[in-house]
Amino acid sequence: MVGQVARGGLLTGVVLAVLLPLWVVVVTSLASRETIDEAGGLVLVPREIDVSAYVTIFSGGQVTRALWISALVTTVGTAVSVTLTVLAAYGLSRPGSVAHRGLLLYFLLTFLVYPGMVPSYLVVTGLGLKDSLWALILPSAISVFNLVVLRAFFQNIPGDLLDSARIDGAGEFRILARIVLPLSRAVIAVVALFYAVGYWNVWFTALLYIDDNARFPSQRVLQSFILAGQSPNTSGLVGAAMPPTLAIKMAVVVVTVAPVVLVYPFVQRHFVKGVIVGAVRG
Amino acid sequence: MSTREAVRPGGGWETPDVGPGGASAAGSDTRRAGRDVRAARRRRRPGRRPPLRARLRRDWPLLVMVAPAAALLLVFHYVPTLGNVVAFQDYNPYAGDSPLQAFLASPWIGFGNFEALFSDPAFWDAFWNTLSITAFQLVFYFPLPIALAIVLNGILSARLRAFVQSVVYLPHFFSWVLVVTFFVQMFGGAGLLAQTLRDAGLQPWDIMSNPDTFVVLVTAEAVWKDAGWGAVVFLAALSTIDPHLYEAAAVDGAGRWRRLWHVTLPGLRPVIVLLLILRLGDALSVGFEQFLLQRDAVGRQAAEVLDTFVYHQGITTGNYGYGAAAGLFKAVVGLVLILAANRIAHALGERGVYSRS
Repeated sequence: MVGQVARGGLLTGVVLAVLLPLWVVVVTSLASRETIDEAGGLVLVPREIDVSAYVTIFSGGQVTRALWISALVTTVGTAVSVTLTVLAAYGLSRPGSVAHRGLLLYFLLTFLVYPGMVPSYLVVTGLGLKDSLWALILPSAISVFNLVVLRAFFQNIPGDLLDSARIDGAGEFRILARIVLPLSRAVIAVVALFYAVGYWNVWFTALLYIDDNARFPSQRVLQSFILAGQSPNTSGLVGAAMPPTLAIKMAVVVVTVAPVVLVYPFVQRHFVKGVIVGAVRG
Repeated sequence: MSTREAVRPGGGWETPDVGPGGASAAGSDTRRAGRDVRAARRRRRPGRRPPLRARLRRDWPLLVMVAPAAALLLVFHYVPTLGNVVAFQDYNPYAGDSPLQAFLASPWIGFGNFEALFSDPAFWDAFWNTLSITAFQLVFYFPLPIALAIVLNGILSARLRAFVQSVVYLPHFFSWVLVVTFFVQMFGGAGLLAQTLRDAGLQPWDIMSNPDTFVVLVTAEAVWKDAGWGAVVFLAALSTIDPHLYEAAAVDGAGRWRRLWHVTLPGLRPVIVLLLILRLGDALSVGFEQFLLQRDAVGRQAAEVLDTFVYHQGITTGNYGYGAAAGLFKAVVGLVLILAANRIAHALGERGVYSRS
C-alpha cells in the first residue's frame, strides 16, 4: 500500500514537472498587463484570456517571418529526407543484391567516423550555401539511424508478397509504391516526425550558416529574444498600446512549441505501440 | 525472357533472416547489420549466384534508389571527414577565393596545431570540464531512465501508463533553446521560483548564472528533456522478461526488492551495459547546443566544453586548423574509447555494441 502511494506521488510529480512549465508559459502569454503586474511576473492562475500578444507577433515582423521560414524548412526538409531515406532503406533491404554488403558498410560506417564541425563548415560554405536555407536541410538530410529503422521494418515484410508481385512483372519502384509503402505507414509517420522535429528545432545550424536575419528560423528568433534579451521587433500595430513584453515573449515560446505539441499525439501512439521499440529490439 | 528469368522468386534473393529478437537496444542496428553482412558473405560462393551482368540487370533499380542518399552522405559526411586534414594545416581562409582553393594554397604544418593545442590551458579546461560533467551525469543521470522505466512498468492501468509515457516523452522533442528558455522562466533571476521566494520574503538566488552549480543545472535540464525518452529502451527490455520468473521468485518468498534485484536488474543488464558502452564512447560529448546557449550566462570557466571550444576556436575566431585539430582529437579519442569499452564488454561476457565477425 505504501508502495502504491509512493509511486502515485512520484508519478504525479514527474508529470507535473513536465506540464507545469508549459502551463505557466501558456497562461502568461494570455494574461493582461494587470494580471502580470499583480503576479510580479509569470502567472500561474489564469484570470482572463487576452490575445493581444499573439495579435502583435502575428501582425508581420520578425516572428511571423521566422515561423514561415521554419514551416518552409520543415516541410521541404521532411519531404526530401523521408523520400530519400525510404528509397535508400528499400534499396538496402535485399541481402544478396549487387554491392549490398559494401553499400551497407558505407552507410553504417557513418556511426563510427564523422566529420568535425570545422571541415563541415568549410564544405557547406565552399558549396556556396551560406545564407541559403538548403544549408539547414542538405547536410542533415539523411539520418542513418532512421534509415536502419526503416530497413529493419521493410525486411520484416513477408518476402512472398514481394515475390508474387515480381512474377507479375512489377518493377522495384512499383513494388515499393504499391506494396511496401501502404504496409509501412506507421513507421514512416514516426520517421517523418523525427525528421520534422529535427528541422523545426534547428538552431545551431542556422547560427552557423544563416547571417541574414530575414531568414532566421523560429528557434533562432526565440533565442535572440529570450536568452539574448533583444526585444521582439514587431512592425504593424502602430499607435495601439503594446501588450506587456513578458506576454509577447511567452507567446513566442508558445508558437515555437505549439507545432511539436500538436503533431505529437498523432504520432506518439505509434511508438508507444512499439514501432520504434520493435525496431530497437532488433 | 532473361529479365523475367532473373526476377523469379528464389533467383538469388534470400529472405533476410529476422533473427531471434533478444533484449538489446539502440546499437543492435549495427549488430543486425553485421549479421546480415556476415550472412551475405557466407552466401558468396562461386557458382551459386547468377553472373554480375544478370544481377545488375535485376538490381539496378535498387542501386538507383540508394544513390541520392549515398551521394548526400558522400558530400556532407565523408568529404568533410577527409577534410579533417585541415588540422595539419595552417589553414588560411584568405589564401584562395573558395575554401577549396584556400585549402590547396594553405601550408602543411604537421602536428603544429596539436602541439599548440596540448599546451593551451583553455583546451585543458574544456577537456576537464567535459570529463567531470560526463562523470557527474553518469552517476546522477544515467540511473534515472532505468528507475523511471521500472516505475512505469509497474503501472497496471494501461491507459494511465500510456498517458504518463506520452507526457514524459514529450520534452525530448523540444529544442534546447526551448528547454533552456523554460529553465530560465522557472529558475532564472526573474523566474517563477525567484518570484515565489521574494513573495515569501526570502532572498532569491540565481541558479541560471551560478558557475558553481552549473553542472547540477545542466544535468537537471538533461534529465527534464531526455530521461523520459531514455526509459523507452529499458521498457522494451522489461517487456521481454518472462513473467514466470517473477511468479517463481514470489513463490520462493522473494519480496519486492529481492525480485527487483534478482529478476528485473539481471534482465536489464545487457541493455545497461550496451548503453554504458555508448555513453563511454561519447564521454567527450556532453551536449553542444545546451552549453553554447548558456556559456555567456555562466562564463567560460564553467561552461566551456570540448565542442564549444571547437566552435569558438575554429569558427568564431576563424582559427580553422586549430579548431579542426581539437575536433579531430575528440573524434579519435571517442573512437578509441568505444572500441575499448566494447572489448571490455566482450571480456565480461556481454554482447556489446557489435560482435566480432
